[in-house]
Amino acid sequence: MIKAILIFNNHGKPRLIRFYQYFAEDMQQQIIRETFHLVSKRDDNVCNFLEGGSLIGGSDYKLIYRHYATLYFVFCVDSSESELGILDLIQVFVETLDKCFENVCELDLIFHMDKVHYILQEVVMGGMVLETNMNEIVAQVEVQNRMEKSEVSLFLDR
Amino acid sequence: MSPSVPLQEMIRAIRSARTQCEERGVIQRECAAIRAQFRQSDNGGRSHNLAKLLYVHMLGYPAHFGQMECVRMIASPRYSEKRVGYLGAMMLLDEKQDASLLITNSIKNDLSHSNQYVQSLALCTLACMGSAEMCRDLAPEIDRLLRASNSYIKKKAALCAVHIVRKVHDLGELFTPAARSLLAEKNHGVLHGAVVLITELCERNQETLERFRKTVPDLVQIMKGLVISGYSPEHDVAGISDPFLQVRILRLLRILGRNNEGASDAMNDLLAQVATNTDSTKTVGNAVLYETVLTVLHIKSESGLRVLAVNILGRFLLNNDRNIRYIAMISLQKIVGTDHNAVQRHRGTIVDCLKDQDASVKRRALDLSLALVSASNVRSMMKELLLFLSSCPPELRAQAASGIFNAAERYAPSQRWHIDTILHVLTTAGGDVRDETVPNLIQLITNASELHCYTVHKLYRALLTDISQQSLVQVACWCIGEYGDLLLRGECQETEPVQVTEDDVLDALETVLQSHMSSPATRGFALTATMKLSTRITDNVDRIRSIVSIYGSCIDVELQQRAVEYNALFRKYDHMRYATILLVHSNNVHTVSISFERFVLKMQSSVFCSGSNRQVSPLVFLPQVCDLLDLLGGSEVTLQPIPAVGGTAPGLFTNTSSTTGGDLLDLLGGLEPAPPFFCSELSYLIFSAAPTVQVYEKAGVALTLSCEKQSDSGLTVTLTASNSTDSDISSFTLQAAVPKVCLIKHAIPTHTHQQTSFLC
Repeated sequence: MIKAILIFNNHGKPRLIRFYQYFAEDMQQQIIRETFHLVSKRDDNVCNFLEGGSLIGGSDYKLIYRHYATLYFVFCVDSSESELGILDLIQVFVETLDKCFENVCELDLIFHMDKVHYILQEVVMGGMVLETNMNEIVAQVEVQNRMEKSEVSLFLDR
Repeated sequence: MSPSVPLQEMIRAIRSARTQCEERGVIQRECAAIRAQFRQSDNGGRSHNLAKLLYVHMLGYPAHFGQMECVRMIASPRYSEKRVGYLGAMMLLDEKQDASLLITNSIKNDLSHSNQYVQSLALCTLACMGSAEMCRDLAPEIDRLLRASNSYIKKKAALCAVHIVRKVHDLGELFTPAARSLLAEKNHGVLHGAVVLITELCERNQETLERFRKTVPDLVQIMKGLVISGYSPEHDVAGISDPFLQVRILRLLRILGRNNEGASDAMNDLLAQVATNTDSTKTVGNAVLYETVLTVLHIKSESGLRVLAVNILGRFLLNNDRNIRYIAMISLQKIVGTDHNAVQRHRGTIVDCLKDQDASVKRRALDLSLALVSASNVRSMMKELLLFLSSCPPELRAQAASGIFNAAERYAPSQRWHIDTILHVLTTAGGDVRDETVPNLIQLITNASELHCYTVHKLYRALLTDISQQSLVQVACWCIGEYGDLLLRGECQETEPVQVTEDDVLDALETVLQSHMSSPATRGFALTATMKLSTRITDNVDRIRSIVSIYGSCIDVELQQRAVEYNALFRKYDHMRYATILLVHSNNVHTVSISFERFVLKMQSSVFCSGSNRQVSPLVFLPQVCDLLDLLGGSEVTLQPIPAVGGTAPGLFTNTSSTTGGDLLDLLGGLEPAPPFFCSELSYLIFSAAPTVQVYEKAGVALTLSCEKQSDSGLTVTLTASNSTDSDISSFTLQAAVPKVCLIKHAIPTHTHQQTSFLC
């Protein structure tokens, strides 16, 4: 099970936070800080797996992360997930974002936080991997966005 | 993508704030505006407000006032509002909040909505934060959706069912038939969801697992389709067809094949095929291979396949990619219990990984190395592990130290090696060891009696080099106090002896006492050691006396108390000192000895002060003393003959005036209020460890006591009496009495008639 998905930048500012297990607000912020602290210490040529975070779960949990330019994508998972599989999932997610936003960059994530959440909802649901086919995900997201747009335009017409 | 303008404006405003304080100000104003808007009736911008609130929540500011708004938005007919409402519910609500109950009805309605995207929103929310009651209510709906809907909804319903089963275990029964039928689907997303659901059901319930074993042929079929089929562009990731699904199915096969011959047989061919055909140059290929290897090793596979699997892991270990090496070590850790020998073959590579710069790889290598230590390789492995300890990252030190201790305890080839290893760990990582290390080490040293000389020399040298590691210093002080005479003797077989004078030793102890690095406990050890040395050395007793008296006014209460008691020993009971210190020596467990010696000292002082009651009842003190002896493990000690000179009066307990040679009774000579119990106590303890002692010499009669330890619980004490007077002494009898905890066996004295200058 995926316990949390965190995206933050090189200075630790959160860009997307999704917890699949309940944590109180201040606990969530503490986890973000601790994760940033652990991940930012890592070199670029070491492996993408980290153990040792104490707040988010203890010995069964690992952090699997990928560093793209200015952003860290961190998935906190337990032992029931395949580590290499999750690493690939991060790649799939980022490629999907790239397709949806056309050459995605950090600003896109900042200003369209809600959209990113909706895309993520098509990939991971309830802490479990839902869909890994990029085209399928993008198609579904497009349909939903069109629905929303049509509603808005209906409203604007009033 | 249509942007939400108000949200973007707010984000821009927040980003333009230059300080934390400014940002807080902006956010507070925005939150106030949002709150006001929530209170108003429906306007077009509700979804924007909630989106703004969620952004603020992500930054860490309180957003609980948005919970009711989420509930209202979910109930709205508009899709855009529902969408944000559900997202808000997932972020802000959880089953502990009351508001979460209010959305149950909305979810129920939305699950049967005509629009599949509304259905999917409801499913998603239920899967994220559905409480047990909600799950129970809505489970039949989910089951219906599992059977009859399109594939988009089916895959979501499958994962929702997994969540329900996790929350309410009994509902697994409900979903089993639907899960079975889902395996026939073609859509990969649905298949994936179905496999996850079946995995969850099988892990929860043994019966369900038995039932699902029948699906093994179907699963094998699906896998074959994935592996052999031609290039399918939609599911392809770097040349492998839907690796995520393959990994899931392999996991399920692992669960189904465990401990079952039939199922394992059905899978053998497939696993061999996957293991050989999968391309391992990309990460995805490795992911599939890794799962295959784990599955092979966990089911009852044929030996050829097992060998293949372990070889693949070995190849992984040598891979340049650190991720792969990390993964390999995780899987080796999983099988080190069952296939120990296979993993041993890779020991060299694993030990090399200890030197890798990556902290995660080091951690894995440490765990695995500790698991691989065995009686045959303990020396070489320990060398590597000790080397690792000296350069390892601080977060791994404690784990490494305790792992080394455990391994040393189990596989130590000799006591000397064991002591050396523990000393080495204490010198390199003394600050990270557990608290019970010090008493354990003391116990070990005491038991290794032939190594006392060697140990005290080593510890003395260690103390001279470095006094910052508290555990090491504590053990060193204790050892010097206990075996200081061996140190001063200046000869040692196993190691080069140090030529020290008494002053040097006292200097060392004083440095520890005065150093600001020493903790109060360490100072206590050093003070006690100094005191103990007063019986071991001959010249510098005055120096010890002065050291001890300084600490009589120390701020630390513990030290002060000790120092005062030792001072009392020096001043008033100097003649007792030797005996008392011996008393203190003969304890194995230092922690108990600290309290014991203080207890005894207290007893002494209280008895001594209790006046001239010559017949102090021994029974008052004895039970407590006996209990203490029990504590020290002396409950079944049998003392063999304690010969004591007795005239007509019985034993040592009473000190009434006797007839001839009344003074002979008074072993402690010249003491006014003699504590009778104390004699026996003293005797017992003297006898257990002391060298030959001349206990009486007066009027030409000399008595010496010597003792010899026969066994763990038996002691032989011999009294040698010599008569150098002109006259004969007749009717020389022997009587002895001991406390209840001891058993005494008399031996017949060799002579009852002491003749002139006769030694018996």
